[in-house]
Amino acid sequence: MKVGVVVFPGSNCDHDTKRVFAEVLGQEVLFLWHKESDLRGSDAIVIPGGFSYGDYLRTGAIARFSPVMSSVKAFAEKGGRVLGICNGFQILQEAGMLEGAMLRNRNVKFLSQRVYIRVEATDTAATKGLQSGEVMAMPIAHGDGNLYLDDESLARIAAEGRVVFRYCDATGEVTDEANVNGSRDAIAGICNAGRNVVALMPHPERASEAVLGSDQGRLILEAFVAN
Amino acid sequence: MIQLRVLVSLKTSVFDPQGQTTLAALQGLGYKAATDLRQGKSFLLTFDGITEEEARSQAEEMARKVLSNPVIESFKVERVV
Repeated sequence: MKVGVVVFPGSNCDHDTKRVFAEVLGQEVLFLWHKESDLRGSDAIVIPGGFSYGDYLRTGAIARFSPVMSSVKAFAEKGGRVLGICNGFQILQEAGMLEGAMLRNRNVKFLSQRVYIRVEATDTAATKGLQSGEVMAMPIAHGDGNLYLDDESLARIAAEGRVVFRYCDATGEVTDEANVNGSRDAIAGICNAGRNVVALMPHPERASEAVLGSDQGRLILEAFVAN
Repeated sequence: MIQLRVLVSLKTSVFDPQGQTTLAALQGLGYKAATDLRQGKSFLLTFDGITEEEARSQAEEMARKVLSNPVIESFKVERVV
């Protein structure tokens, strides 16, 4: 499978993402500079983490106007699979491809630490084949990861089974303490109605090799490129 | 020359972690009568060669499309100069 990794000025997880897809999972990977509008035959698109345009205005706010994003949107509308990680999640929200917005973390701190997330939906582009309730350890690194959804969006997403991941403790229990950034209903990842666009704040690409302390994130990236 | 200020703030229904942290600090400094604080952003835009009406229309479009996120924020535009 050919995986296109979008690169904005300020993306900083693009090479980590490429490494995992190419060297750990054996896929063909190409970088798509934000000024390109040709996805060059990509079968799947990843919007990686980082600080696109320095986050100066708002996270993801400027990136959504890049030429590549119009192509990504059209690709997703045709059912193409898209994965947003961290800043990629924020960009997909700003682009109107996923609901909600990210507020500053509830403790106002940049959080760089290991968290546990629980798989809540197993019929999405990034979780098919996984076990519902499966718990994975991986890092987060963000200042604005406090997911805000209004009551109506939250009810709709929950009713449609589009909550993909929740923050939990090591045993899989969703607790207020485990929800470190204060996200609504402890939600760490959601998908669109077509279930082909999935995004999460934690970094599976930083937890895909045992030498990094966890290789559980690899399951998500493997599922994303599985046929 | 026309100067317009675009004020962007979180909607009242949205929790403001920065505002609450700053409020707690101010109360700690003795400003006990301060009961709420909402933090926001201010953008001072300068226009030349267009009417006030055109400038306002452009500023509102910028605020709606770029400067604010309508999911969590609201804005207002006011004339400064």
